[in-house]
Amino acid sequence: MTWVVVASAVMLGIGAIMALIRVEKGPSVLDRMVGLDVVTSILIIGVALAAALGRRTESISILAALALVGFVGSLAIARFASVEPEDAGRIKSLEEVRAEESALAEAEVEAARLEAEIAASRDDEAG
Amino acid sequence: MSWVQLSDVVAGVCFLLAGFLTVAAGIGMKRFPGLLGSIHAAAKPQGLGVLLALLGLALRLREVRYVAVLALVGLFQLLTTPVSFHMVARGGYRTGKVDPDHLVVDELIHDLADSANGEAED
Repeated sequence: MTWVVVASAVMLGIGAIMALIRVEKGPSVLDRMVGLDVVTSILIIGVALAAALGRRTESISILAALALVGFVGSLAIARFASVEPEDAGRIKSLEEVRAEESALAEAEVEAARLEAEIAASRDDEAG
Repeated sequence: MSWVQLSDVVAGVCFLLAGFLTVAAGIGMKRFPGLLGSIHAAAKPQGLGVLLALLGLALRLREVRYVAVLALVGLFQLLTTPVSFHMVARGGYRTGKVDPDHLVVDELIHDLADSANGEAED
């Protein structure tokens, strides 16, 4: 029985690592969700394997919980999936972040100036 | 060979098959292109793999009250997996993550076009 458990556990580990590679690569959030679903079911098989090795019965309730919980997460994410830009998974470089921040700051300054102008023109009309 | 030994051997075979299915799913998820391809590969351990593991555990425990709970777990898995993958595929299709060139038959696009025309006529 022991070598059967070891062989099964090694195969489960290989499958889980490949699913995690898929989660890391994406490219969309739905691909990642499918990978996490596979990891959840591998977890179910692994808990069943550990229970079978020692003939432990207390982990059966864990199986029931896992079978229900993995489903809720993927359903929620699939329901609210939206159109993502092509490079949504890319990590921005420091220069890009700085450029975006300075553009945002300029826009704020411009908005404040316009607001002040509008307020001034209103004052003129009232006066 | 007694019945006890035989059921242990069958349980071991079930677990080995479940492990093989997870490796196959992992290879499929790495190699198949696109969202629908990875769903196709991912469904193997989720359905048959979990059922085989539960069958192996039931053969190892050999008590009716545990077998009933394990059957319930298998039923949950069979009820929830198709629903979640259906929702993932639907969300992927509607947000443009499915490449139409990879599809042999696309019945949904006709249905969507029909429903859009129906709304326009109303």
